[in-house]
Parts: sequence; structure tokens; C-alpha cells
Amino acid sequence: MSALLEVAGVSVSFDGFKAINDLSFEIEPASLRAIIGPNGAGKTTFMDIVTGKTRPDKGRVTWGEHNISLLKKSEAEIARLGIGRKFQRPTVFEDQSVFENLIMALKNPRTTFATLFYRRTEPDVTRVEELAREIGLTSELGRKSGELSHGQKQWLEIGMLLAQDPQLLLVDEPAAGMTVGEREHTTRLLREVAKTRSVIVVEHDMEFVRQLNCRVTVLHEGSVLAEGSLDYVTNDERVIEVYLGRSGER
Amino acid sequence: MRAVFAQPSTIIVLLALAIFTGTIVVMAGNGDISTSLVKVLGMTLCFCLAAVAMDLIWGYTGILSLGHFAFFGIGGYAVGMWIMYARTEAIVVAAQASAALPPTPEEIRSAIGTQIFGVVGSAEIPPLWMFAHSFWLQMLMVILVPGLLAFVFGWLAFRSRVTGVYLSILTQAMTLALALYLFQNDSGLRGNNGLSGLQNIPGFEGTPQSDISIAFFIASAVALALGYVLCAWVVSGKFGSVIRGIRDDENRVRFLGYQVTHFKLFVFVLTAVICAIAGALYYPQAGIINPAEIAPIASIYLAVWVAIGGRGRLYGAILGAATVSLLSTWFTGGRVPDIDLGFTRILWVDWWTVLLGLSFVLVTLFAPKGLAGLFDYLRLPSAVKPYKGEPKRIK
Ligand SMILES: Nc1ncnc2c1ncn2[C@@H]1O[C@H](COP(=O)(O)OP(=O)(O)OP(=O)(O)O)[C@@H](O)[C@H]1O
Ligand SMILES: [Mg+2]
Repeated sequence: MSALLEVAGVSVSFDGFKAINDLSFEIEPASLRAIIGPNGAGKTTFMDIVTGKTRPDKGRVTWGEHNISLLKKSEAEIARLGIGRKFQRPTVFEDQSVFENLIMALKNPRTTFATLFYRRTEPDVTRVEELAREIGLTSELGRKSGELSHGQKQWLEIGMLLAQDPQLLLVDEPAAGMTVGEREHTTRLLREVAKTRSVIVVEHDMEFVRQLNCRVTVLHEGSVLAEGSLDYVTNDERVIEVYLGRSGER
Repeated sequence: MRAVFAQPSTIIVLLALAIFTGTIVVMAGNGDISTSLVKVLGMTLCFCLAAVAMDLIWGYTGILSLGHFAFFGIGGYAVGMWIMYARTEAIVVAAQASAALPPTPEEIRSAIGTQIFGVVGSAEIPPLWMFAHSFWLQMLMVILVPGLLAFVFGWLAFRSRVTGVYLSILTQAMTLALALYLFQNDSGLRGNNGLSGLQNIPGFEGTPQSDISIAFFIASAVALALGYVLCAWVVSGKFGSVIRGIRDDENRVRFLGYQVTHFKLFVFVLTAVICAIAGALYYPQAGIINPAEIAPIASIYLAVWVAIGGRGRLYGAILGAATVSLLSTWFTGGRVPDIDLGFTRILWVDWWTVLLGLSFVLVTLFAPKGLAGLFDYLRLPSAVKPYKGEPKRIK
């Protein structure tokens, strides 16, 4: 099967510091992948590159079966191609209701005029209700999202990703700051989503990654150190040295 | 559109405006209030309209433009050009009617040129005035010139992702540049003399000012009502969600697939044009426009009105603009008794600015939602239901 997203030989440096160094990475359609790595390994920067926020100095980023290059596209264009992103810090529009947040994220024409003349349709409302059920926020639809708990905001953000109907979801540290119960819900949600779409999860929490039960990529100093099952990579000596060694002490 | 009229605030604003307009028209008709007061009130309505636009760009979209009064001024200049040209033309034609030979069109044009531009030592009609002879073309300019300027400026600024304070500074610079340009005698717009006699509307020479003032007052009220409904519609639906999203976190909006630049540009141009229309109605009531009107400080006042009124809700803008501008007229009109403190005298003409600054600070500190925020205590029924099965708001 051909890759959904292919990153090849990508490098990026900030003021001479190589945050991403000759990174290559691939993901197939409808698969779940975890990316782990110590702080500053370049995980967030990797997402920035894929979503068009940061331009790499060299390398290739191609998308979909037609191998479209993402390098010259704007954030909005990449989002419309089907790549959704959840930020490290939960970012929902706190001033607006859960319903408004979701309806804004729906996959509809998103030009200025289409938005201006948009009328709420029955299928759209149904879709939002479905999404709300999926993320467990049905009874919160009318609430201001600023009033939600931390975990609920994270789910809402995942819901907003799903609303865009993307083929690939990039999820940055979804479990950070969640209670045990919330984590379990999140794991289930992501595994469910990955049945039909690809999901890349960046996470520090080993237990969480174990629950995801998927292929793991270890990033270190801007390039891939190891890749395989969690057990495989955690037994890799270099990985133990740079990452697990340190996190084991905590 | 239906959602707009389902909002109690829209209905209340329109009703209040209608009652106010009706009352003033009746009172003016009976001679209970003076023509000059009618003009002041009509001009205040124009300020309110500009403030509604300011609220749309700042309160809703989060772009603190400190240049929107420039568009207001451009609207005034555009309408003033037609008024001056047409009126001068009528005078010139009348004066030459008794001449032995009928004047040629060139002679008429040159006489008009001398009349209008004599003060700046010129007799040529500058190219800027090429549409001034035609009412319709010049009215088109009221919309096109500020619209185009806003488009070009906005395109450059938003595309390079200039935001926040930098954008505010840039808009101030634009305003200052425009004012400085207009101050020059060879600007083609009569330098610091500006355009005057704008209260004399061509074609209505026989109509008394008392009637003209009422007509403009009503026109201003209608413009405010239409502008309000338009802006309320723009902020009501998904577009409103997106621009408030841009205000709160524009990057997040980008990753949802919306071209933030286009949305900002649309709002910037729309509000510029609304301000221009407000200005086009204002200056015939003021009677004169000069470059000082466009000074950067005027645009800052516009922001102050909206802040005091309460940004992020359109009626707040109206409340702020009306309250502050009317108080300003009252305090600087010399009719408020000065206070003698013995060691110093409080002259309101000077101290009004201090009072205004103080209220601005107080509002920012103690009522961040502005005057309109006080309505929250009245517990009006909440705006459009965001969702049909909405459970009761907790707050
Ligand atoms: N815009 C930027 N300018 C300068 N340096 C940057 C920038 N963005 C990231 N970096 C640097 O690049 C490196 C990689 O950062 P990145 O945020 O990708 O790490 P991360 O793997 O997401 O870490 P964490 O686990 O802490 O989130 C860090 O050393 C960071 O300081
Ligand atoms: Mg990170």
C-alpha cells in the first residue's frame, strides 16, 4: 500500500540550531502511530512542518495517492486537503459554545462568502450531534467551551478535528493533564478513530502509548532513532540511553 | 437574516432609534428644538454608525484599527467635492447668464476652477475632481475610494501577518500620511482650507436649513439602522464564529481550513466603506471638512467610544459613541459652568479631555465590558440560541 504521508530527508534549523535533521517518515492510510522522544526532540516541529506552519530548509513532504507536495501550501490549504491538527495546549474557542466550535470545524466550503451565506442545515446539525456523542459531550453542546473541564476541552478539540473529516490527524500530547478515567476515554477514542483514518499521536506518557498498542517511532535530535512495536523500541539500546534511561529515573 | 431579528437587542435598538428619530422630527417640526441641535444629533448618529463598524473590526475580529476615521473623512471629502463643484457651477452659470455671449463650457470650467482653488493659488481643476461634476459618479467614489484604499492596505498588512500593536501603529501611520498629504496646498483638495459650505446642498437652494437638517437627520438614522442590521447579520452566523475565532486565536482558525487573510480583508473593507458612508452623511451636516478632521487622534477617539460603550456587542458601540460624543459637545460647548477651586479654575473646555481619559481608565479597570456590560445585570433573555436543545446557561 502506498503511503498516505511521506516525509523524506527533511531538515530545518532555527538560528543555526538543527531542530529537524534529515528526518524521513511514512504513514499508511488508516493506521495509528505514536511518536515519542525526549523534550526538544523535534516532535512539535515535525507537526509544524507537515501542517505548513514551518517551512523546511530541505527535503520533501508529499501527501495522498497523487503525491502532492505540501511544501508550498498554506496552513488553510493543507487543512482542507485533509490533515487535521490538535495542539499541545488545548485550543478551542472558549468564548463560543461547543456547538458553535463544532459547526465551524465541519467540512463545508470555507471561503469568505460561503461562510457569510452559510445556513445551518439539518444534516450539519445531525453530524454535530453525532460528533458530540462520539466525544462524549452531548449534554454540553450548548455550553460555552470555556466552561468545560481540561479533559473535555481536549475531546472537543479532537471532535473539531473529526468534524473536518480529515484522513490524517496529528495529535500533540492529548493525555497531558488528564485524569486516569479521561485517559482511558481518550485512548478508546483515538483507537476508534484510527479504524478509518490515520492518526499520529505525540506522547510522553509511556503507559498511555502502551494502551494505544500501535507502532512507535522514536525521535531524537530531529531524526528517527528507532521504529517498531513499543517493546521492540524500548529494548533498543540507543533508545534506552537517550530517552528511557532518563525518564526511568523520574 | 431571521436570526438577526430574533435577537432582542436588534429589536430594542431599532425600536429605540425609531422612537428617538420620530420624537426629534416632531419636535423640530414644532420648532421646539433648534436646527443646530438637530444637526448635532444627526452627526451623532453618523458617529454611532462609524462606531458600529469599529466594533465589528475591533470588538469582533480583534483588529484594533486606528485608522478608520480616515475612511470617515474620505467619505466626507468625496461627498464634499460634489457639493462644492455643483454649487459653484450653479453660481458661475447664474453669474454669466446676463453676459452678452453665452459662456463656453471651457469658460465655465475655468471659472469654477478659479472659484474653488483660488484660495490655494490655483485655477486648474485637479484630476482628482474628474468625477465631481456627476452626482452618481461621485457617490460611487464615496464607496470605491475608501474601499480600494482599505483593500490595498489590508491586503499588504494581513498577507504579511501583521497583527496586534504593529497593525495599530501601521493604521495610525496611514492616517497620519493621509492627513499630512491633505494639508498640502497642492493636494488638489484645498490644503488646510478643506471643503466648506457643505451645508448648502446643490439643487435645494430654496430649501431652508431647518428642513435640510431634518432630511439629513432622518437619512443618518436610516443609515445607522441599516448598518446595524448588516453588521448584526455579519456577526450572527458562522461568519461571526469565524471572526471571533480569529480574534481569539487566528492560528487555530487557519488549521481549520479558513483563509484568515481573506476574512480579515473582507471585514476591513466592509467597515471602511461603512465609515465612509457615515462620513458622507456627517460632513454636509457639519458644513465643513478639513485635514484636521482626519488627524490620527480622531481614529483613537473612535476606539475609545467603542471601549467605553463595550466592545463585542454592537449596541455597546452606539451607546459609547452617543454618550461620549454628546458629552464632549456639551462640555466643550462652553455652556457647562466652570468650577472655581480658589487656587485654580476648572475650565471644562480644557478639562473635558482629562475627564474623558479618566473615565476611559475607570471603565477599563472596573467595567471591562463597558457601559453595555451593565445591561447584563438586567438579565435580558440571551441572544440567539446557539443550539436548539440548549440546556440553560449556567451563568
Ligand atoms: N520557532 C522556533 N524558533 C527557535 N527554536 C525553535 C522553534 N521551534 C522549536 N525550536 C526548538 O527546536 C527544538 C525542537 O522543539 P519541539 O517543540 O519540536 O520539541 P518537542 O519534541 O515537541 O518537545 P516537547 O516534548 O517539549 O514538546 C527545541 O530545542 C526548540 O527549542
Ligand atoms: Mg512539543
